[in-house]
Parts: sequence; structure tokens; C-alpha cells
Amino acid sequence: MSDLTDLNIDRVANLARLALTPEEKTKFAAQLGDVLLHIEQLGKVDVTGVEPTAHAFPIYNVWADDVAQAGLPVEAALQNAPAQRNHMIAVPKVIE
Amino acid sequence: MKYEAVIGLEVHVQIKTHSKMFTRVAAGYGHKPNTLTDPVVLALPGVLPVMNKAALDAIIKAGLMLNSGIAPVSKWDRKNYFYPDSTKNYQISQYDQPICLGGFVEIELPGSARNVMGEHKKIPLTRIHLEEDVGKLTHFASESLVDYNRAGTPLMEIVSEPAMHTADEAFAYLTSLRAAMVYGGISDCDMEKGQLRCDANISIRPVGETKLGTKVELKNLNSISFVRDGIAHEIKRQIAAVESGGTIVQETRQYDGEAGVSTSMRSKEMAHDYRYFPDPDLMPVKVDDAWKARLQAECPELPFEKQRRFIEQYQVPYTITSVVVWDRELADFFEEAAKLSGKPQAAGNWIVNDLLRELGTAKQVLAESKVRPAHVAELVKLVDAGTLLNNSAKEVFIDMFSTGELPSVISDRKGLKAAPTDLGELEQWCRDAIAANAKALAEFKTGKDSAINAFKGPVMKAAKGKANPKAVDETLRKLLAQM
Repeated sequence: MSDLTDLNIDRVANLARLALTPEEKTKFAAQLGDVLLHIEQLGKVDVTGVEPTAHAFPIYNVWADDVAQAGLPVEAALQNAPAQRNHMIAVPKVIE
Repeated sequence: MKYEAVIGLEVHVQIKTHSKMFTRVAAGYGHKPNTLTDPVVLALPGVLPVMNKAALDAIIKAGLMLNSGIAPVSKWDRKNYFYPDSTKNYQISQYDQPICLGGFVEIELPGSARNVMGEHKKIPLTRIHLEEDVGKLTHFASESLVDYNRAGTPLMEIVSEPAMHTADEAFAYLTSLRAAMVYGGISDCDMEKGQLRCDANISIRPVGETKLGTKVELKNLNSISFVRDGIAHEIKRQIAAVESGGTIVQETRQYDGEAGVSTSMRSKEMAHDYRYFPDPDLMPVKVDDAWKARLQAECPELPFEKQRRFIEQYQVPYTITSVVVWDRELADFFEEAAKLSGKPQAAGNWIVNDLLRELGTAKQVLAESKVRPAHVAELVKLVDAGTLLNNSAKEVFIDMFSTGELPSVISDRKGLKAAPTDLGELEQWCRDAIAANAKALAEFKTGKDSAINAFKGPVMKAAKGKANPKAVDETLRKLLAQM
């Protein structure tokens, strides 16, 4: 096992807005730890001379012209909303 | 101890496109809630974002106008956070490879008087990146309502270096930046519509100190004058806090422009952790020289460049240029009138004083004005030729503003042309006036130049006030020289 002191399961859960039980915390901490271990292994590969990139394929400039098209009718847009009012999605009050 | 403030501004500017940043549903303001959405905006399963070419053109053009370097390759990143203004739980943005790097905004500080040009400075930029705007939340007592019309609108974030020191500098920066964006057709920058939004990072430090103090982020600066007032208020608040033995806490504060007070929004101790990572759905942007050159050719002359040229080319004073150059349409109007009339300063005076006053009174914009450059030019020529006296010209201006008729037509219709049009008649009036005042004639002959004024009254009376004083003066002198 690698040194997993960096993985703070409470912080990760908080960032993802997840309320975890102690059992879940143990379980997910171990799983995420394995993921980190895997990344650590990848980190050992010698990449000298390889240019860093965010994508594997040298494809650039995939775009469309700025021509507006019809969107969804508001009824369709809101049909999955758990609650709505005045054609807006109602959510629990959130103020930062 | 003397303190100085250090201010950096983060300005968000919505790009004026027909469709959204990563999907082709229409972008716009003032539509009914949630009528500008599609599966991409709503982040329904299986959708993929596709870049808007026009938004890329706009940010590159903005960068070129603001003297930024354009990155040969830039990429997209996901900024992860959970908040109902985002459907995806991330915002597509640019983290470490933005499109524009560096650059500067030229500003002018207030001069010693209204008619004196102030000091110019270049405020350096850190970067400009492109991202998508988020949805709009309206908070009520027990719930918040979400409208995703704004979500996905192309949005530029223009970040300055912490290089400003006064509220006036920040105000000048925003004024200049906004004018550039409007000139370039990149955005209408209407702050009431949220097309331009400004956050300020403010700290203070003792004069001479080079390390930055603890910064406070000031949000909700939703008009340019609130930016100035809010920053001035925050600088005072920080100095007062430190002088009374307190410390500055790193926090975000909200400025209430109406009340002139700021309140703490959230402490930055639990700073956001956005866990940026490259967006796998979007390929990078590569900008070559040909693309840059094409957009460079579209970059307009900016207000300060225009001002320098106007002063040089047309020899017009600062009081005229400082008014006309901030509105591209008005600047073009002035330039056309200046050329047509051949008298740039006179044309400029009519525009800055009379045209703007009448537009203001009529609550019209320049595009609606019936007075066009040709009207102003003709009016200038009629005054210059002595055909219209100043008071008559003012009357003609007001008439042509409402009718749109040319000055020559109006002055004929109203009989405003200086009298007499027949120079022989003027000469006769002058002879009569001289003959009737032997005392003044004698005084003039002995060298008392002001004695000539004694003849002018009777001539004006004969002309019923419509004689051109210049013509009267010239005619009298000609006749007196012969006596």
C-alpha cells in the first residue's frame, strides 16, 4: 500500500456533496486508495522526451459555425425537474 | 503610517454570439425562463460539446486589441463544483493554457481640470480565457429558482495584474476596457444585463512595502460607478481596520451600491477546490498566423489611438476629442462632419455642445438623429461665410434637429440669413452712419480705433439686427480708409 495520508475521505465526500456512513467511508477510502496506487504506478513510467498533452490524438479546432438552432420547449426542458415554479427549476434554498 | 491600495480586477464579458459556447441553441437576454436550453445545456446523458467558431474569433480579436499574446495551442478544462447554477456540476473553462496571455489596457486618469488631458498609464493583463456562463439563480424565502437561459453563453474572463492603486484607476480601466469591447463588436457590455461583470481583489500595504497584503474579493459591482465607489469604500474600510489595530481577513465581500456598505459573504479559509482537469470531450484550439492576421485586420482603432489621431490630424482640442472618441458612432460622425465642413473644430463644437444636448433632451440615440454630418458641415460653412449669425445658427440647429431639413433650407424658410445679402445696400447703410456722426469720424481719424463702434449701432438698426458684424466692420473700415 502506498502512503495514502493525502486522501482525506471526509474532504472528498464533502466536495462531492455526499454524506457517507463510517462503513462507506472505509470501503471507498480503500477503493480510491487503489486508484491512487494505480496512478502512482503510471507515474513511474519514464516519459523523458515525451511532450505533455491533454489528449492522445493530434486533433485540433473541432468547431461549428455560429448559427442558432431551435432548442427544447420549456415543458420538455423541465420534465425531469423534481419541482418547478414559473417555468424555473425549484431547488432547496442555496446561498453561498 | 501611509498606506497604498493594490487592486486587481477580474472582468467577465459575455461574447455577443447567436448561439452558445458549446452548443447551437440560441444565446440571448430577456427571454422567458428556460426557453434557451437543449440537451447540451441541460447536460443530458450522451451529449458532447462543440466549440463556437465565432466565440473563438471574438476572444482572439479581443486579445489582439488588448495587446495580448495569442497562445499557439490552448485547451479546455473542467472546473468542478456542486451548485445548481451548473447542470453538469462542472464549468468548462481554461485553467493552465488560456487563449490570451499578457497584454495591457491603456487608461487615462482624471486631469487637473475637465479640459485638461490626464495622465495615461498601461495596466498590464495577466490573461484572458474563454469559458461558459452559468445559469441564474433567484433566491426566495424557502427555495431558489433556476433559469438556464444564460448557462452556456460564451464568456471571457479578463484578469488584470494587481497593478492599480486607486478607485479612479479601476474606474478608468473598466471604462477603457468596456469601450474597446464595444468598439470591437465583441460585446454590448451592458452591465444591467450582466454582459459585463466585475470582481475586484483589493489589499492594502504600507507605502514602500513590496509584499502584497491580505486580499479581499469584492463582488456584486454591477455598475461602473459602483466599481469606483465600492473600491474606494473597501480601501477606507481596510485602512481603518488596520489603523485601529485589527487585521484583514481573507474573505469575499458584497458591495451594496445603493446603501454604500459592504458585507462579508463567505470566509476563504475553506478555499474552493475546483479539481481542474482537462476536458476529454473537447480537443484543443490551435491558432496559426493566418487566423491571427485575419482578425488583426478586423481590429478597430481604439479610442485613445483615435484621440491622438484626431488631435494631430484635425487640430481639435481635448474637450472635443475626449467626448467623441468614446462612442465609435459619434467619433465617425465627427470625422465625417470635420472632413465635409473643412472646419473640424467648429463642427466638433456643434456636435459636442448642440447635438449632444438636443439628443439628451429628446432622449434619442445618435442613430435616430435627423441631423447628419452633412447638416453640421453646411451649418459650419454658412456661419463661416457670414451668411448665418451665431444666434440664427443656433435657431437653425434646433429646427434642423426636429425637421431634418438642411440649414440653407431652414434659414431661407425662416428668413434668418444675415442682411443685407446685397453688399451695395450694406455700404449705403455704412455711409449713412458715418455721415451722421462727424465726432466719431474725427476721433477715428486721429487714431482712436474704438470710435468705429459708434457707427455699428445705426447700421445694425438699419439691418434690423441681421447684419453680419464681420461684414459691417470690414465695410466700415474700407469706407473710413477712403475718407
